[in-house]
Amino acid sequence: MSRPEGIQLMEGNHACAWGAIDAGARFFAGYPITPSSEIAEVCARELPAYGGIFIQMEDEIGSIAAIIGASLSGKKSFTATSGPGFSLMQENLGVGIYQEVPCVIVDIQRVGPATGLATQPAQADVMQARWGTHGDHSIIALSPATVQEMYYLTIRAFNLSERFRTPVIILGDQVIGQTYENIKLPDPSSLDIIERIKPFVSPEDYFPYQPDKNGVPPMAAYGDRHIVHASSTCHDETGYSNFKTQTNRALLTRLKDKIYNYTDEIVDVEHFGPDHAEVTLISYGASSRVCKYVVGEAEKEGIRVNLLRLISIWPFPDRIVREALGKTGAVVVAEMNQGQLIGEVNRVNATNTPVYLASGIDGALIDPDIIMAAIREALK
Amino acid sequence: MAVNLGYKEYFKSDALPLMWCAGCGNGIILRAITEALSDLHIPPHQVVISTGIGCWGKADDYMKTHAFHGSHGRALAFGTGIKLGNPDLHVIALMGDGDALAIGGNHFIHAARRNIDITAIISNNFNYGMTGGQYSPTTPLSSSTTTSPAGVAEPGFDVCALSETCGANYVARTTAYHVTQLKRFITAALLKQGFSMVEVINTCPTHFGRRNIPGDTVSMMKYLKDITVSKAGYEKLDEADKEKYLVTGELVNRERPDYLSVYREMNPSGPETDRGEGH
Repeated sequence: MSRPEGIQLMEGNHACAWGAIDAGARFFAGYPITPSSEIAEVCARELPAYGGIFIQMEDEIGSIAAIIGASLSGKKSFTATSGPGFSLMQENLGVGIYQEVPCVIVDIQRVGPATGLATQPAQADVMQARWGTHGDHSIIALSPATVQEMYYLTIRAFNLSERFRTPVIILGDQVIGQTYENIKLPDPSSLDIIERIKPFVSPEDYFPYQPDKNGVPPMAAYGDRHIVHASSTCHDETGYSNFKTQTNRALLTRLKDKIYNYTDEIVDVEHFGPDHAEVTLISYGASSRVCKYVVGEAEKEGIRVNLLRLISIWPFPDRIVREALGKTGAVVVAEMNQGQLIGEVNRVNATNTPVYLASGIDGALIDPDIIMAAIREALK
Repeated sequence: MAVNLGYKEYFKSDALPLMWCAGCGNGIILRAITEALSDLHIPPHQVVISTGIGCWGKADDYMKTHAFHGSHGRALAFGTGIKLGNPDLHVIALMGDGDALAIGGNHFIHAARRNIDITAIISNNFNYGMTGGQYSPTTPLSSSTTTSPAGVAEPGFDVCALSETCGANYVARTTAYHVTQLKRFITAALLKQGFSMVEVINTCPTHFGRRNIPGDTVSMMKYLKDITVSKAGYEKLDEADKEKYLVTGELVNRERPDYLSVYREMNPSGPETDRGEGH
């Protein structure tokens, strides 16, 4: 099968795979898991035609290890999984962050913990994405709400990973991953594709972890004459082990600053509905689609409700959410978990605006009635 | 004109002294690896050393080649991606017995089964040295370690038999005592297409050796000689004596097609896309 042309009815997981291929991904390593497996299947079928390689690894630990290795060898690489596999990937996710390896991890969230409801949607890996690997670290995570957006956000995930030299997570969910919607893949030449910065010094003068002025070190590949020493142990700009306390402090600070100092470049949100509202919904992914429906339903009842949809989740858009809290009567956070991102909303709530949770934990797309009930509670 | 630096072209001399204990054979293995690379004239930038975690996992810090130091047990999984990301590279995975066969056992058997073109060099010192001498999957039955004060109740793996069964193209066992043989086997492993594995029986004078082998570090090195026997010598032993010895030598040397060759045959690259990025 070749690249779909024109308007197509396509599943979100397929759109993800095509987004990755169009972003330049040429290596996929993964392990079968519902509800993400179609991403692997498309890659197995399509990547060879693009000169790429697909490999099914022995587990998710090996999958993320392989994509980190392939990225260091110069290939844009990604993997896809769901909750249990995402948990297995956490240790090596930290390796990727620490070694500053561009790669993309797609998590098509399902109900957990444990095996949970393996075929049903949830958004309960939000904090695992943020803090799942041990130690202080930064992370970038994006949350698509439509099949078309899955395609574009996958491209953006690769672009951000190359720009910041860091793993990027796509927090999808079973609804977005396995829903079929109309989508049109653009002409690949119309896309803005970002590539990692290569060294601009001679091999003799190259230190693989000496940052550019934006905090990101230019990146040679294994096989280049610029020697790369990538270590999961505390390292200085040479990449070799260095156990000095100031080296650790400098490295952790730079790894944080290179992302957090550029939060505005990463943050992406959508404002939906009237500018001013009695209640503002804050949501993301599949839940945000239900929120858009609820905005209309509330209007029929004479309640002015708007929506702040988070397209990027991490780093959390503190400023934008704080502003939204400041100009509304109350906030309802709608998410398919028992309350995860609501903690971040409360953290930035400088105006003591009442914040309510609309929690969808039924193993199904969040029910509009749950969100309406939270709105009514907020208006009491 | 390029100066042939010999093994020092690969070995980071300014990182000396080695961090390993006096009497440990890891330095001997590292010297054999760097000499083999030098003899084969493989440029340092075409080599990636992928290390695990543990004493032998520190070896990357003494190498001037490309290097990857990742998480415990995963050197072959990272190495698989490194190799597939750039098939021209020589990928050498350095792992200890615990690293390769306990926490990394799953990756080990599957790398051998796939027959991916990686050379694994296992420094087998029969215990976890870095963490204080706990028993590993190769610790011989009834040996004393810090987590088996009454003796290990589990039999150890035969690393070579495991590698052969899983599908490796090249399998050899030697020791840190047999320096010439060590370099010869590593050289052969580097030349072999497909998965190659060299098991190097090593001393651990600080932990396993001190608890289980009488004498000083020199005696422990001599012990490596005493407990091993060549393939030919092994065949001549009485059945009752055979289990007292470890066989050294090239135990497997075959030509199964490696993973990438098979994959490429089954998945020929298609026409270049509009973006022309396939390569």
